[in-house]
Amino acid sequence: MSGRGRGFFLGLAVLAGLVVAVPFVMPNPYYLNVLNVVALNAIVVIGLNLLIGYAGQISLGHAAFYGLGAYISGIFTGSFGWPPWPTMLFAAVSVGGLAALIGIPILRLKGNYLVMATLGFNLIVNILTVQLDDLTGGPSGYSGIPSLEIFGWVINSDLRFYILVWSAALIALLLARNLVRSRVGRGLRALHGSEVAAAALGVPTERYKVKIFVFSAVLASLAGSLYAHYYGIITPKTFDIFFSVELVTMCIVGGLGSLWGGFLGAAFLTPLPQVLHFVEEYKDIIYGGILVLILVFLPEGLFTRLGRLPWLAGRRSP
Amino acid sequence: MTGWNEIAQYTVSGLTTGAIYALVALGFCIIHNATGIVNFAQGDFVSLGGLMMYTFLVALGLPVLLSFPLAVASVALVGALLERLALRPARDKRVVILIFITIGASILMRGVFKQIWGKEALALPSLSGEYPLRLLGATFTPQNLWIVALTLAAIVALGYFFQRTTVGKAMRATAANPRAAVLMGIDTERMKLYSFGLSGFLGALAGVLITPIVTVSYGVGVMLGLKGFAAAVLGGYGSFVGAILGGLALGLLESLGAGLISSTYKDVIAFLVLLIVLFVMPSGLMGRGERSRV
Repeated sequence: MSGRGRGFFLGLAVLAGLVVAVPFVMPNPYYLNVLNVVALNAIVVIGLNLLIGYAGQISLGHAAFYGLGAYISGIFTGSFGWPPWPTMLFAAVSVGGLAALIGIPILRLKGNYLVMATLGFNLIVNILTVQLDDLTGGPSGYSGIPSLEIFGWVINSDLRFYILVWSAALIALLLARNLVRSRVGRGLRALHGSEVAAAALGVPTERYKVKIFVFSAVLASLAGSLYAHYYGIITPKTFDIFFSVELVTMCIVGGLGSLWGGFLGAAFLTPLPQVLHFVEEYKDIIYGGILVLILVFLPEGLFTRLGRLPWLAGRRSP
Repeated sequence: MTGWNEIAQYTVSGLTTGAIYALVALGFCIIHNATGIVNFAQGDFVSLGGLMMYTFLVALGLPVLLSFPLAVASVALVGALLERLALRPARDKRVVILIFITIGASILMRGVFKQIWGKEALALPSLSGEYPLRLLGATFTPQNLWIVALTLAAIVALGYFFQRTTVGKAMRATAANPRAAVLMGIDTERMKLYSFGLSGFLGALAGVLITPIVTVSYGVGVMLGLKGFAAAVLGGYGSFVGAILGGLALGLLESLGAGLISSTYKDVIAFLVLLIVLFVMPSGLMGRGERSRV
């Protein structure tokens, strides 16, 4: 499932081909904008899906890491004039450090306690971004974040950001795939099967769980930084617990523990509210209804389902 | 210097909201014990209780003694329907999947509430009068008393139900060991249905009671649900005594934190304390701790 050798690179090539083709087929900035958000969400979901699908740890706090990345990048470049790229790195390192710090006690918790602890963390971060308005601009948001620049090439259009963010998403996918196939990845799969058995076999379960938590937080932070430079304005509402819930939903709808599933979940759920825009009145009813129907009838996720179609499956797998 | 009167006042309001959190937390526990999942639509039962009460009492003009049971019963029915229509047909019974079905249902329900009752906040009159009472330096309204009294009554009734009635005992057996319960001839599927009905009942009770103080609109359930969830976790998830203690502790923490430290950061204080408690006692105040078997 997690991309054995050729299958994965074939998929990656197809995806890369699609990514290159899209701007030629539909250069409309509105569509590119939607796809940019899909890629940003996908970067977060790739990491989160590893945490949930492989390590079996549900986090409803990843919007906070995304938000912290965005706010650190935004404030340090906007208010203190730091250069964007090193700031992004600084944000990722700080968020990763914070994740390691809280990850050690948080990941010892199980089930509902873990869900509550990550939710609580997200709520605290969210309230702080609203209340510390001298620094963050409060509920109306923080604006005036500069655009990114690569050797004088200013990333100030939807198309330019499209190229950047999709490259980043593909790299994140490649990184995640390497992680899954490494010793850590095998350990994590064992951990998901049975934590006690994995520990008994010498897998340092605590350390691996914290590692994957930090990895997913760093990806979220990087996506958040990119978001901040893309829009130039960030508001606390973008990073609230509802977004955390949405991110986990993307993992489940796409297919838990599958690398591609995260992409598919993000690609399916990100544009959904906008697609439902024409029925504004009934948006929540339809969105909630679709979610319930998918989870009730296609719980293995869209990707796993696609993989079972005879013309995509290639060979039978048990 | 903060006077005694103020502390008494914060304690009264803390106990009042705490009682509401306790009711919501009990709903979480009952469903958890029967099914093993977290029902994230629990908060929407609370708002639906308030909204239904508004419809019966204000829009239809029915008397309080009729509106109250009608509102609570209709939400219990919605709870049972949620179990029947969305959770029982689920193809995959993994806990994560079921939890996210309740999240989807919660979004759907809020959409429906918005269509029926609109976006405006709706107010309800108090159950009886607004004249203030004074005791030990604290001022409170009859509604405060109603909340505490009816919550206590609900707790006593629940205690009786779970200890003395056949259905209550069957539900406890299902919680303790579902497989053994089935072998004893208990219809565990039916117990799941009852647990959702009962949680709907408790949520609606909380909603009917709190609405005269804070008003109700389609979305208020989200935060109340989260606080109830936090209270259940704080107390030790699944423990009834823990849920009640957790609710009261969270209510007091918020109210005293807001009054004595900072009202803007009351939620930060509450959740921070919750996190610290969890780090020290990973299964809550009354939790027995989850042991895994190989």
